[in-house]
Amino acid sequence: MPQHDVLVIGAGLAGQRAALAAAEGGASVGIISKVHPVRSHSNAAQGGINAALNPEDTWESHAFDTIKGSDYLGDQDAIEIMCREAPEELLELEHWGVTFHRNEEGRLGTRAFGGASAARTYYVADITGQAILHVLYEQLMRHEEVYRYEEWFTTALVQDEEGRIAGAVTRNMRDGSMELFSARAVILATGGNGQIYDPTTNALICTGDGIAMAYRIGAPLMDMEMIQYHPTTLAGLGLLITEGARGEGAHLYNAQGERFMEKYAPNKMELASRDVVSRAEQTEINEGRGFPDGTVALDITVVPRKRIHEALREIVNVGRDFAGVDITQEPIHIKPGNHYTMGGVRTDVNGQTPIPGLYAAGECACVSVHGGNRLGANSLLDTLVFGRRSGAHAAQAIKGLPVPEPARASVGAEQEVIDAIVSRDRTGRRVSEIKAELGQVMDRYVAVFRDEQGLNTALETVRRLQEEAQTVAVDDKGSVFNQDVLGALELQFMLDNAEAIVIGAIERKESRGAQYRTDFPDRNDDEWLKHINISANGEGPEVSYSEVTLTQWEPEERKY
Amino acid sequence: MADFKLKIRRFDPESGEPAYWGDFDVDLPPERSVLDGILQVKDREDASIGIRCSCRAAICGSCGVRINGKSALACNTRIGEAAERARDGAITIEPMGNMPVVKDLITDMEAVHWKKVRRVVPWLLPAEEPPEHSEYIVPAEAMLDVTQAMACIHCGVCVSACLSMEVDPHFIGPAALAKAYRFVGDPRDGAEEERLKDLAEDPHGIYDCTHCFACVEVCPKDVAPMNQIMRLRRRATGDHGIKDDNNGYGHEKAFVNLIEKYGTLHEAQLLPRSFGDGSLVKGQIEPGAVKQLIESLPTALRGLKSGKVTPKKALLHPKLPDQDQVRRVFSEVESKDDRVELNLYIVGESGGEEAEA
Repeated sequence: MPQHDVLVIGAGLAGQRAALAAAEGGASVGIISKVHPVRSHSNAAQGGINAALNPEDTWESHAFDTIKGSDYLGDQDAIEIMCREAPEELLELEHWGVTFHRNEEGRLGTRAFGGASAARTYYVADITGQAILHVLYEQLMRHEEVYRYEEWFTTALVQDEEGRIAGAVTRNMRDGSMELFSARAVILATGGNGQIYDPTTNALICTGDGIAMAYRIGAPLMDMEMIQYHPTTLAGLGLLITEGARGEGAHLYNAQGERFMEKYAPNKMELASRDVVSRAEQTEINEGRGFPDGTVALDITVVPRKRIHEALREIVNVGRDFAGVDITQEPIHIKPGNHYTMGGVRTDVNGQTPIPGLYAAGECACVSVHGGNRLGANSLLDTLVFGRRSGAHAAQAIKGLPVPEPARASVGAEQEVIDAIVSRDRTGRRVSEIKAELGQVMDRYVAVFRDEQGLNTALETVRRLQEEAQTVAVDDKGSVFNQDVLGALELQFMLDNAEAIVIGAIERKESRGAQYRTDFPDRNDDEWLKHINISANGEGPEVSYSEVTLTQWEPEERKY
Repeated sequence: MADFKLKIRRFDPESGEPAYWGDFDVDLPPERSVLDGILQVKDREDASIGIRCSCRAAICGSCGVRINGKSALACNTRIGEAAERARDGAITIEPMGNMPVVKDLITDMEAVHWKKVRRVVPWLLPAEEPPEHSEYIVPAEAMLDVTQAMACIHCGVCVSACLSMEVDPHFIGPAALAKAYRFVGDPRDGAEEERLKDLAEDPHGIYDCTHCFACVEVCPKDVAPMNQIMRLRRRATGDHGIKDDNNGYGHEKAFVNLIEKYGTLHEAQLLPRSFGDGSLVKGQIEPGAVKQLIESLPTALRGLKSGKVTPKKALLHPKLPDQDQVRRVFSEVESKDDRVELNLYIVGESGGEEAEA
């Protein structure tokens, strides 16, 4: 049985940052990922990372922008920590070798981003997430004492008799063997759940595994109804066009050639916060002012050519390869698309969940710094600050704790689940069919605009799909890289996530951030300035509430 | 929508059977990707096909394969275009080359790629303690320059296509060497000379590349790994004068000197000059190079035999009629304080104008 002080599950930015911090804190660390770490979805964060590093900028300004962006649902103590620690975190990355863009003096240069009152987004062309991910992996390779389990799939978390976390059950994808890991602390860093939507900007691996695993052992999920639709995604495929394009000056037009953001956000225009821009676009499309393919146009041609090549190179490629459009010459058709999970496993500012020894960081966690709507370029920051804090805290907290002995039986139970799927003859639907229906239903009813009737339809569908998922069979009966059986497990994780999202959306009878209820179109601070928590209590999901932490910013009307 | 035929190379390591071809039909618009085709087969017909894939947008680097024999990412190869290039109308999809196959389209990249990445000491070795509460101050161009290598997603497509790797499996390889340039070219790194010496002296290092352009052609991210290897060579030879046992230094120098003198490559002189500083006739060969020179004799003899090299051509290599212009290029370049290196983020003036037209 592999044994580590700290076991990190997931090796994107949050996971790698947590592993490095835990190792620096003197803990023995194992890091498990179902893909090679550099394949993680942190790669896809194109635009940059926010930090109030300029002398003219202040962390308070960054914090206020974040709080306003969150539609006042973010916890202000956590946001203060994130924004205060952002500059040092950014500098640490720079010292490790991230090739951040420089200005003419050779100092770090910035670009503008949505919802921000200053240009405080630091970047590497439009491959910021990729550059940071690869540099963190460089540091991980340097730390030989951090054990990497690459292409290991975690199926369940294991607790001891007192309910403290004791380890995890995993499957080595290379040979199909099941392994029980013992750990004094477990840090979940498994990312978001975008795959429950179709289309989505999220990679195929973003199936909400960690959120579901934590939920199953009783950890509360928070703000799950807050699902971000990114304003600029390609129709059909859902691929992302970075907000950096608008940060560099690109405009949005409807089919009548109107720069429609004038109506919705006269001050910030295209750089209003994402929920605002996505709603504006969807309104234009719904009211018949979009293009026939259900889109509006993003015009990047106004950005100087040299600048496009230097700063938006990846978007040139995405336009050319995936839309057949030369973005330097013509506008590209885009629409709002599923992008980010603001909610997740509830944690405190050190990443601790209510389950002793269990931490969560990054997109799978809900601290909550993003509240109802995340600002662009705050997600990388969230992963790094709270990844580091989780790793550092866990390394200290485990000192003196005995080595846990997770029950061997847990492996047997997981093995049985897998054996049952593999040996089952096909009588019901395919995994892909259930997943496709889930994606369509979520995108139709739990998207930019929601109402009670649609949400109830979605909940009924999700519950039916949960039943159908119990009978899925697989084509692959083998042990080596049986992706088919893992897909069946991921489907169950996704359905748990979907159920929590829909329940949260039904529960919140107001409009705030990404949750816009056409039947409750106003924000209602008197009743709903609170987090919705969803826990599994054995019989099904249970809803409870927790306070939003306010420090120095009172909720006010939100205008861009 | 259109119908496409896929021929997918299947291999089940647990069956005891050799690899075989699986034939599948898919129905997709031609602008969709080959990966979309494979995923459609998995979704509708046979979910046991093994392929790593995740982002579908050429960012994660998971889905490297060979399509109609050519190494590429399945997600950014359009299925319609692949079908046009397919023989017999069926698009063939095979696992990447130069790597052991684990299952179907899944290869063992750890064995042939990541091991070599670790070989190049793939982390920053800072020249000095980082400044407190501040970033390192470095030229903007230097950061853009290494960002091209940073754009590498380690998909392995170049490794799959590398001809040198086919001959010498120990060759460090295009992606790992591009990674090495990311540190050598980074002004924050303090180990430039040690890194270059290490990579020049390794017989499987920078001089093991045969300059064939295969990696440049297939790279889905325009990293141009071979260009990064050439930059490593220019720095090793030109900036640091690293004389290596592989005669890479001498060969590089000989090449440049011959072009400066004749305008085109004087092949008969290249060999002796590579192994010594002067010509073979003048007997200035370096003693350490005798063995390698003798080893290259069969190649020279084959050249004579096939008529590629004739004694006349070998001895009397003509200069270009406008050789002065070549010299002017040399003096223009040599007069500059800094070497100007264009890359995908720094586009040359003329390049921009051409594209404009």
